[in-house]
Amino acid sequence: EALDYVAMPGFSTDEEKTPYDDVTRYNNFYEFGTGKGDPARYADEMSVTPWSVVVEGECDKPGTYALEDLLKPHDYQERIYRLRCVEAWSMVIPWIGIPLADVLKQMQPNSRAKYVYFETLHDPEQMRGQRSMFSTIDWPYQEGLRMDEAMNELSFLAVGLYGKTMPNQNGAPIRLVLPWKYGFKSIKSIVRIRFQEERPRTTWEMLAPQEYGFYANVNPEVDHPRWSQKRERRLPSGLLSPNWIETVKFNGYGEQVAHLYKGMDLRKFY
Amino acid sequence: MSTAPGASRSAALLAFRLAAATLASMPLLLVVLDIINQSLGPDPGQEVTETLGLAAFQLLLATLFMTPLQRWTGWSGWLRIRRMLGLFAFFYASLHVLAFLQFILGWNDLWATFTKRPYVIAGAVSFLLLVPLAATSTRWMMKKLGRQWKPLHRSIYPAVVIAWLHFIWQARSDVGEMVVYGVIVLGLLALRWRWFGPGSLIPFKRA
Repeated sequence: EALDYVAMPGFSTDEEKTPYDDVTRYNNFYEFGTGKGDPARYADEMSVTPWSVVVEGECDKPGTYALEDLLKPHDYQERIYRLRCVEAWSMVIPWIGIPLADVLKQMQPNSRAKYVYFETLHDPEQMRGQRSMFSTIDWPYQEGLRMDEAMNELSFLAVGLYGKTMPNQNGAPIRLVLPWKYGFKSIKSIVRIRFQEERPRTTWEMLAPQEYGFYANVNPEVDHPRWSQKRERRLPSGLLSPNWIETVKFNGYGEQVAHLYKGMDLRKFY
Repeated sequence: MSTAPGASRSAALLAFRLAAATLASMPLLLVVLDIINQSLGPDPGQEVTETLGLAAFQLLLATLFMTPLQRWTGWSGWLRIRRMLGLFAFFYASLHVLAFLQFILGWNDLWATFTKRPYVIAGAVSFLLLVPLAATSTRWMMKKLGRQWKPLHRSIYPAVVIAWLHFIWQARSDVGEMVVYGVIVLGLLALRWRWFGPGSLIPFKRA
């Protein structure tokens, strides 16, 4: 379904966009299997209408919001962001959505809200990856941000891409997009938002804390223990002409976000 | 004795060997077809590298299956394709290493990759263990090495265990596939232990 939106040149890039077919057929969405093609194959087993989001914790407007009500007050924007996966590949994707800050303000977080926690749908009937006996993930998928990160102008709640409604495999009907962080922070198919005082533990952090930190900012200076993060393959990449590019700190968004981490040792808080 | 039964037996064996060679060539054939059809997705280098590596591992396991198959069926034909399967495994492992260097590393960052990444080190060790086996697989080398040949070729056991480590180290969350492979590896080693004693699993030991 085509969406109405306003282009946001200030939040875009001239870099070549990754074609729609690649964006929608090469995904990490372990709820539907660990193969890159699994989400495109099986995400149709998930129903996204109706959809509601539970809002709870340290805010004045908790409750269960129908997705339409959550989105209604806002105009859609198009932002063309780089997406850098922790696995050392990257894409350029035109997202459609609304700033995360606008939605969170609607819920009126109070002064004890230091962090915001997000959760993906947990429904093994619709998500075959959650039925896997050998998965080491403790579902549901969980993510979190510090409040100032969440309120940053780059933080985006996407409901579509390439001008159209979000395909299920990309995290329909609503997902986070945090372009300065590794892709796994951009949680998909969100059903719960919680404001809280203590820092949430995230799914990948619980699984392998030495590999995946809470912050997960793109940083070529801090290697993943199993591979280097200095470079990335910008997709689509050719077999004979691999599209290697140098990875940039904060994925090139340092101007907007570097101040959030002033004084922090990013080797320690990776 | 007439020559006819022997001839038909050797014809059957030839057909069997051809069938095994065809089967062992399939992974490469499929990769080449995928490359020609450009159906490998947006990250073909990763895909090719992974496919070749898994094929190498599967052929290593197939090689180790030949002795049990011979004992269970009482047919010695299985042993006649064992060397070929082992060489196919080495062939895929070599292509996998080349693909990794070319497509994944682009010949960059070699020192750090081979000293700092445990899964890469495991893969490299497993591959290096296979090199002398492939090099001494000829009849001439067998004769030349005599009684040392067999103890040397027991290196395939550590090679396959380390190859398995190489895979499990890369799993990010769903370890199901590698758990299954791990059970197969353990089963194959256990059979050897039972039939030939623990010494039959230790490289360079004269059993």
